[in-house]
Amino acid sequence: MEVIRSQKRTASNDVVSNPKIPLYLTAPPLEVRLEEFELFAIDRLRVLKGVSDGLARGKNPKEMDDVVDALWKEHMRHSDASEMLNKDIISHFVIRLVYCRSDELKKWFLSMETALFRHRFRLRNFEAQRAIVGEFGLPYKAVTGAELESLKERLGQVVRSLGQISPSVVNDICCVSVCFFSFLSFAVEAVYYKVPFEEVPDLVAGRRVLIQKGHAFVAGSQLVSLVVTQFRSHISKALILTNRKWMTTIREREKDRLTPIVEALSTTYVGPDYSQSNDYADISLKDIDQVSKSSFPLCMRHLFEKLREDHHLKHGGRMQLGLFLKGVGLKLDDALAFWRAEFSKKVGSERFDKEYAYGIRHNYGKEGKRTDYTPYACQKIISSAPGVGDHHGCPYRHFSEDNLRAALGRMGLSSRGMEDVMDKVRNKHYQLACTLTFEAVYGTSCDVGINHPNQYFEESQKILKSKTPAAPV
Amino acid sequence: MAFLRTRYVLVLSLTLTLKAILLLIITSSMVVIDGKHPGCDEYYFGRREFSFTLENDVYLRYKSFKSVSSLEHAIKSCFPYKIDIGAVYSVDPDKRHAYSQTGTNVFTPVERELVFDIDITDYDDVRYCCSGADVCSKCWPLMTVAIKVIHTSLKEDFGFKHILWVFSGRRGVHCWVCDPKARRMTNEQRSAVAEYFRVYKGNENNARKVALMGYSLHPFLARSYVDLLKGFFEGELQANQSIFSTKDKYDKILEMISDEDIQSELREKWEKSANRSSLSEEAISLVRWDQLKNTLQSKKHKAPTLRMCVEEIVFTFAYPRIDLEVSKQMNHLLKAPFCVHPKTGRVCVPIDPNNCDEFDPLAVPTLSQLIEEINSGGSKMDVDDDDDDDTDTSLLGKSIKFFRSSFLEPLLKSCKEEIESSYKTKIDKSKDSFSW
Repeated sequence: MEVIRSQKRTASNDVVSNPKIPLYLTAPPLEVRLEEFELFAIDRLRVLKGVSDGLARGKNPKEMDDVVDALWKEHMRHSDASEMLNKDIISHFVIRLVYCRSDELKKWFLSMETALFRHRFRLRNFEAQRAIVGEFGLPYKAVTGAELESLKERLGQVVRSLGQISPSVVNDICCVSVCFFSFLSFAVEAVYYKVPFEEVPDLVAGRRVLIQKGHAFVAGSQLVSLVVTQFRSHISKALILTNRKWMTTIREREKDRLTPIVEALSTTYVGPDYSQSNDYADISLKDIDQVSKSSFPLCMRHLFEKLREDHHLKHGGRMQLGLFLKGVGLKLDDALAFWRAEFSKKVGSERFDKEYAYGIRHNYGKEGKRTDYTPYACQKIISSAPGVGDHHGCPYRHFSEDNLRAALGRMGLSSRGMEDVMDKVRNKHYQLACTLTFEAVYGTSCDVGINHPNQYFEESQKILKSKTPAAPV
Repeated sequence: MAFLRTRYVLVLSLTLTLKAILLLIITSSMVVIDGKHPGCDEYYFGRREFSFTLENDVYLRYKSFKSVSSLEHAIKSCFPYKIDIGAVYSVDPDKRHAYSQTGTNVFTPVERELVFDIDITDYDDVRYCCSGADVCSKCWPLMTVAIKVIHTSLKEDFGFKHILWVFSGRRGVHCWVCDPKARRMTNEQRSAVAEYFRVYKGNENNARKVALMGYSLHPFLARSYVDLLKGFFEGELQANQSIFSTKDKYDKILEMISDEDIQSELREKWEKSANRSSLSEEAISLVRWDQLKNTLQSKKHKAPTLRMCVEEIVFTFAYPRIDLEVSKQMNHLLKAPFCVHPKTGRVCVPIDPNNCDEFDPLAVPTLSQLIEEINSGGSKMDVDDDDDDDTDTSLLGKSIKFFRSSFLEPLLKSCKEEIESSYKTKIDKSKDSFSW
């Protein structure tokens, strides 16, 4: 890709006739004007940021499809199809250059580009999807004939194991048509691909495919999993190569031209990670009980209460609560004193020092590879898997309805407020449920939505401090 | 459970442990196959991480050894109470700081067996005979069923061939999948397999810990249910645990039924019959299970969540509960087979998955028994002895023989074949310049 200063761009050799999604395998032989270099990138960054926001708010896949569709139309559209494709490709490579330069940037770029690809793929029709799969050049064949016959019954079982109708729909008047529709959706699909199970980890994890002797049988409608895995793997490798090239040749060569642009583009788009607490939120040990009741989100309140009750938390809980407290401003020494005070009651202070103190110091970046870990965002907490004896995770997702109601009651929600929250929970909008809780507890609206426990804490502190500026909250 | 802590004893136990470990390690290192084979990576063993837990809980990670004899030497001089095996890294773990963390020489795991850890304390909410670290013949069958379910799936669904099951020494089992393609799995793929096996999503915060949605079970779950879980639940588990015999016990099960009316109907019926029955605990339990099944059968159309309530109850009690975190990451360390468990003194012997019903955790040889055996001059203790004599009555003889013939030898053979074939491919391609 060549960046030039001239006014007119020479005609590109890329022939674009159908709306394919480019795979960004190699930088295309295009010439790009310097102004476009930056502008295209900014537009694409807007799209990626929108994807990031949507995911952080816990939108389900169908909603994300719509989000991506809208974002793409708003920022990346062009009346000329070949211009649109060029912008797509150019902007990707520019952003890749910008975001290859650190681990954190790489991780964000990889997640967002993969999500973008996934939803653009889902928006295409089956023919277009098959064409895209073909482009990857995967050696996997469709299952046919006798083999397909022998698998049919179990493939049917898989389809039926995934089908569900929500209770409310069943009670609708159009019950018959719904049942008919659901019957249709239980049919085994026409085309199945035999791929190694390693290629479709998300389908395996969700038990959404039949697996036999190391092969997964992927339905046509599930192709997205296959290609997304390939796409992510390819981009991941490409990022490493691009980084190497940047470090060895490009950065120096372009230091008067592209490098300043590249460096500027990266700083604007990483959301707050709450790893450094601001002055608002420094808390000390003596305030911690009070502050836990007044400003902690439900997930952290629960962990805190369990810690006080049991004088112990398992690893997942220690990580989730410990990092949250760090983000809230608890200094390392105070943290050690806090956890020691609790754990000593159960295991003794000697055992605490031997087995648990190291972990706390590790969280603050004082041990091991000295990473200063960032507190978990809602997305991470919601997708965690609390098991036996665990109390971490997101109560809106992981608690039973009764337990959740009891917990919300203790937070002071009225019965109507509770119904609104439970409604969100039933629809799996856990972060919206938490936002509604916030709004009910503090009597104000939170338009931006909760997507980080430390955000909940800071917003809460802001409100409480504005009401009683002098008193400790 | 006398656990003698003299140096003499430790040396013996460790030599014993060592000899057996050597077999496992040697295999993984592919050194013994044919050390002179040009396709052999002679530095492979040096890149394997070990960890030692010493007296006073001193924990030493990132230990690595150039050769089997330096491992032996280290064990004899450090006297570790526990030896864990980790991943094979890109560079020798004990030299990791010599390499920069950026660019091509990053210190990162390259190969690691796919491992599973099942611990019976994770079943405390469904076993009434023991809790915590205890284990007995009434609850151990939970481990047996877990082995069968997971082993069948690893073989039939995932196509793995080289699977070793090991007693963890006290209250659980470990599983090591050593196929080459298993060793090369990424963290994401390991996580996927762990999630595939995950059914129980419980802790004290939710009542319905197993939620089977959909209109039928996934073929893996269906096969496990029909072939293993159902029979186990209605037979051995009921006999050992009598899960319906008292109010406390059956209330827990009734809470798993998501329909209040059905719950009260059964609760009333059972409260009434509580005092009048002259049947044994076990018989009462079975009668109530039948009643529950019949009631649910007739009422399951009431709500989708009742459709597979019977299966959910069976899965809650009987289905394997693996520790997900152990399996998901390549850098997770796991106790080496044939170690002696520091608290029980028992040897972590292999378990034959095809005969696991016969395994008795309380009959596993202990360190004191081994010492006695050595002192009385009873056994040869030389593991390299290729004596196929079936009259070998030494305590560990059978375990070692099983380990060798059922696991090590086939794995050795497969590794050798892999080295030879990849070497051949390399030779064929050697005309081309760079392969990537």
